[in-house]
Amino acid sequence: MSGNMNLTLKIWRQKNNKAKGELVNYKVADISPDMSFLEMFDVLNEQLITKGDEPVAFDHDCREGICGICSMHINGRPHGPKHGITTCQLHMRSFKDGDTIVVEPWRAQAFPVIKDLAVDRSAFDRIIAAGGYVSVNTGNAQDGNTLPVPKTDADMAFAAAACIGCGACVAACKNASAMLFVSAKVNQLAHLPQGQPERMERVRAMVAQMDKEGFGSCTNTGACEAECPKEISLVNIAAMNRDYLRANLLDSEG
Amino acid sequence: MSLNSNIPEGQLEEKWTKYKSTVPLVNPANKRNLEILVVGSGLAGASAAASLAELGYKVKCFCYQDSPRRAHSIAAQGGINAAKNYQNDGDSVYRLFYDTIKGGDYRAREANVYRLAEISPNIIDQCVAQGVPFAREYGGMLSNRSFGGTQVQRTFYAAGQTGQQLLLGAYSSLERQVGMGTVQMLSRHEMLDVVVIDGKARGIIARDLVTGELERHFGHAVLLCTGGYGNVFFLSTNAMGCNTTAIWKAHKKGAYFGNPSFTQIHPTCIPVSGDHQSKLTLMSESLRNDGRIWVPIKAGDTRHPSEIPEEERDYYLERRYPAFGNLVPRDVASRAAKERCDAGFGVGTSKMAVYLDFKFNMMRYGRVEATKNGLTDASDSTILNLGREVVKEKYGNLFDMYKQITGEDPYEIPMRIYPAVHYTMGGLWVDYNLMTNVPGMYCLGEANFSDHGANRLGASALMQGLADGYFVIPYTIGSYLSKEIAVKPISTDHVAFVQAEKEVKERINKLLTINGTKTVDHFHKKLGKVMWDKCGMARNAKGLQEAIAEIKKIRDEFWKDLRVLGSADEFNPELEKAGRVADFLELGELMCMDALERNESCGGHFREESQTEEGEALRDDENYSYVAAWEFIENNWKLYKEELKFENIKIAQRSYK
Amino acid sequence: MGVFSFLLKSSIGKKIIMGLTGLFLIIFLVVHCGVNALIFMNDGGVLFNEAAEFMATNILIRTMEIVLFLGILVHIFQGLYLVFENKKARPVSYAMTNGNANSKWYSRSMGLLGTLLLIFLIIHLRHFWYVSRLTNELNANETLFDEMKEVFSLLWVVMVYLLGMISLSYHLMHGFQSAFQTLGWNHKKYTPIISAIGFCYSIIIPLIFSIMPIAFYLGWIK
Repeated sequence: MSGNMNLTLKIWRQKNNKAKGELVNYKVADISPDMSFLEMFDVLNEQLITKGDEPVAFDHDCREGICGICSMHINGRPHGPKHGITTCQLHMRSFKDGDTIVVEPWRAQAFPVIKDLAVDRSAFDRIIAAGGYVSVNTGNAQDGNTLPVPKTDADMAFAAAACIGCGACVAACKNASAMLFVSAKVNQLAHLPQGQPERMERVRAMVAQMDKEGFGSCTNTGACEAECPKEISLVNIAAMNRDYLRANLLDSEG
Repeated sequence: MSLNSNIPEGQLEEKWTKYKSTVPLVNPANKRNLEILVVGSGLAGASAAASLAELGYKVKCFCYQDSPRRAHSIAAQGGINAAKNYQNDGDSVYRLFYDTIKGGDYRAREANVYRLAEISPNIIDQCVAQGVPFAREYGGMLSNRSFGGTQVQRTFYAAGQTGQQLLLGAYSSLERQVGMGTVQMLSRHEMLDVVVIDGKARGIIARDLVTGELERHFGHAVLLCTGGYGNVFFLSTNAMGCNTTAIWKAHKKGAYFGNPSFTQIHPTCIPVSGDHQSKLTLMSESLRNDGRIWVPIKAGDTRHPSEIPEEERDYYLERRYPAFGNLVPRDVASRAAKERCDAGFGVGTSKMAVYLDFKFNMMRYGRVEATKNGLTDASDSTILNLGREVVKEKYGNLFDMYKQITGEDPYEIPMRIYPAVHYTMGGLWVDYNLMTNVPGMYCLGEANFSDHGANRLGASALMQGLADGYFVIPYTIGSYLSKEIAVKPISTDHVAFVQAEKEVKERINKLLTINGTKTVDHFHKKLGKVMWDKCGMARNAKGLQEAIAEIKKIRDEFWKDLRVLGSADEFNPELEKAGRVADFLELGELMCMDALERNESCGGHFREESQTEEGEALRDDENYSYVAAWEFIENNWKLYKEELKFENIKIAQRSYK
Repeated sequence: MGVFSFLLKSSIGKKIIMGLTGLFLIIFLVVHCGVNALIFMNDGGVLFNEAAEFMATNILIRTMEIVLFLGILVHIFQGLYLVFENKKARPVSYAMTNGNANSKWYSRSMGLLGTLLLIFLIIHLRHFWYVSRLTNELNANETLFDEMKEVFSLLWVVMVYLLGMISLSYHLMHGFQSAFQTLGWNHKKYTPIISAIGFCYSIIIPLIFSIMPIAFYLGWIK
């Protein structure tokens, strides 16, 4: 078909967590611009299997930009060259015939490589487990309209809650900092009346766990915000810093 | 074995209340000694695992993804229904119950659906308390919108990401328990078999997907919350990893499969663009509120849509169903699109698509805006621009998504849409307690067959998943576990565990040693095509019989000519996929058998033999008012029928004319 | 310790220290720049020398000088420590990065710019602070103004100072607004104002400083 592309891929191959990895060159031919980036990987893998080579392992699931599992660092950027989308939403029409595309896994101490392009992001789960919730057992709830939430607060909480936990913020940050991820959850709950009782304890606990996981600190470069597929704002980080200060200076339990 | 749905006696309205006050309880000290395995971490699984742990049970929760937050519930866009009647528009528990039964084309159990409607308000309260940021009005109150198949506004939502927000709420509750040590979360673990001892479910065999190690886990009860099996069609709106494996293994260990052929085909999805297609993306049903669906009046018309004049367009839904127009239920809209495309009126390069056009409504909104702004003599293009802004405000993210995928701007060119597999109403047969016919084995959420009959209404899936997990299972599991308090944990060295693990291992080795020439996707695509062509939107006896034979053939080929590289003791996504497709290849056959057996049209199941003269679906209540529950018997199935009794609702043929 | 231990232990605390010391140094730069700008009076350094004399003898100023040095030291060591720690957060680096697509190079290079500034600072202190405060290198009738004249007659010194000021400008370009962000002062209404002030500050202050050696070198100031 006309408009189809031939591409060179340089893909990070690593047998397992212990093994040493390297970039390996592959060629794919006749790639339709209508394919998604991951469908291009499907084509490559079919090709590899047919040849008897092990396919490239990569994380993918919903393929519509919401589950947050896909995690490729493409030509030096998390989720590739387009703004505000995940890898699975990236389409091949963003590339040109003859391009060379470098694909690497997320790189961070806290995200060890499992195999090839798949990494372990369970650190994020542990941060949520440390305090990213409202302590309300099933059945405890009062009527949903008892506590009015101003629309602007609800909208701000929602904007923060849109985080999909993909880790692009960590991948983009020169310090592999998880501040955008953590602050998104802290702020979602800080904007809602339901989040107030545990607000101070939550920010302390989540930051402590974040530090324990080995993420770097925030240098405010803004790379996380620029690469976030859900466009989570840096304002969240400032707000978390504020809450963190308050929690440590003013909260009597702190 | 016979089917006992264990529906409590008494008036419909009193059944659940009475049940709750009389169900046997387990005292807190005993709960600590009872272990529950929850497989799946979507809305049903996460909410169940969290709620049961809060009660004091020892819980283990498994998911195949890298984190419980990834479960595909996250992709639900539209909303969640609840009979809150916040809008004062006449909603009630009974109305929600009635709409759901009717929407399901009278193939669901009254008692279950009533309970679902009754619980629905509590779900909203619980989610709000967790910090789920539902949309609010300026006064701070919860906002509602309307959805297909209803006349009231009862759908709660969080922009176009309601599923995500609800799942993250359940996930945070789950993680809270993980942090407290009451739930052990096993991510990147896939259940590969159930262990049944003395007729009761007592554990599972799971594979650690990172190390490849097989693990044995004991539980006093096993909850399967593993979602739907739409991926049997290869192309669907499901996530790539969605599968039937857990419930299929359970089925093969004795659990009956209910209504396997009941599949929901969603009318507004982005059409297939080529052979490379790996999945389909839904465009929210809400778009049909403001878009008009049409095809050219002339078959094979290749003109650009903007060059086709108004009088040469066929707004076929408005033509066929003047009363409901573009807002007919999903199954009706899907079939109508298929009918037009099959007759040669389809559009786009594949000719398997119809237009969803917003221009008419953009103009309408534009005129309103122009009047508001006092522009009395605005030009058409000004009006269109004003209207475009209104539409952008309402559906901006969906339009962006469409453009990202197709490369076309839907503000300029009508969207091309086509139906796609979206949800499976069928699943493991369960009784009122959500227990399968295997004692101790429960099935929740989309994985069970229970509440949606033959067609699910929009915004009901989220409601059911959370109802099952938060508010049903915590009560109903007590009726079983109260009798199990004396049972000491069974050693995983028990012969049943050893045997199950051995079988799993052999199967994995088999998959790895066929050393054929074809990839897993090759077989999956082949199966999907047969299913879509012959067990999809329209089905007939001849096609289904052919499909059964074809699926058997594909299955034979699969086991002879499959190639899976790598080993069993490493992270091996191809191996995972192979196991899942192997199960789909068996399930597909059962789905066709079920569709063949049900010689009536109901909901998403349209049998060409059973239609009116005008080509509408024709239900046969006399002969098919039952749940089909299939028992697996070595290489065959036996059918049991659970009669459906409608005592509180008057059955009628659906009409949207 | 107790109450403030979070400042030393947590990642946010460490950044708060960087922000606070940074803002303190920003204020210091205004004073420093203001006093030095007196040379532009072109009165042969009379006013400047008077101010310098005051700064050297006033007890409050001398106390603040200690605080200032502490601030500088904390900012330097904490900064270097953070650079080192943050390196550990990504032990395997990317084969390809395209940082310019998502952030400014100077935001990503605060460690490098800071190190350049440190080198500059050592040279600067050796030139002026060391000679005026710690040694008798200045003759009895030689003033700080004379010292400036002498030092800035060398081209290489002027070049070093210019490079130092360019580093300072970029360091401030990020540091100014970053300090506010770290301290939690990010507001839809006020952040654009802070950013604008920060931008102007990071251009104007280094620019004024830069003109000084140039002015001496070219003989604009006598």
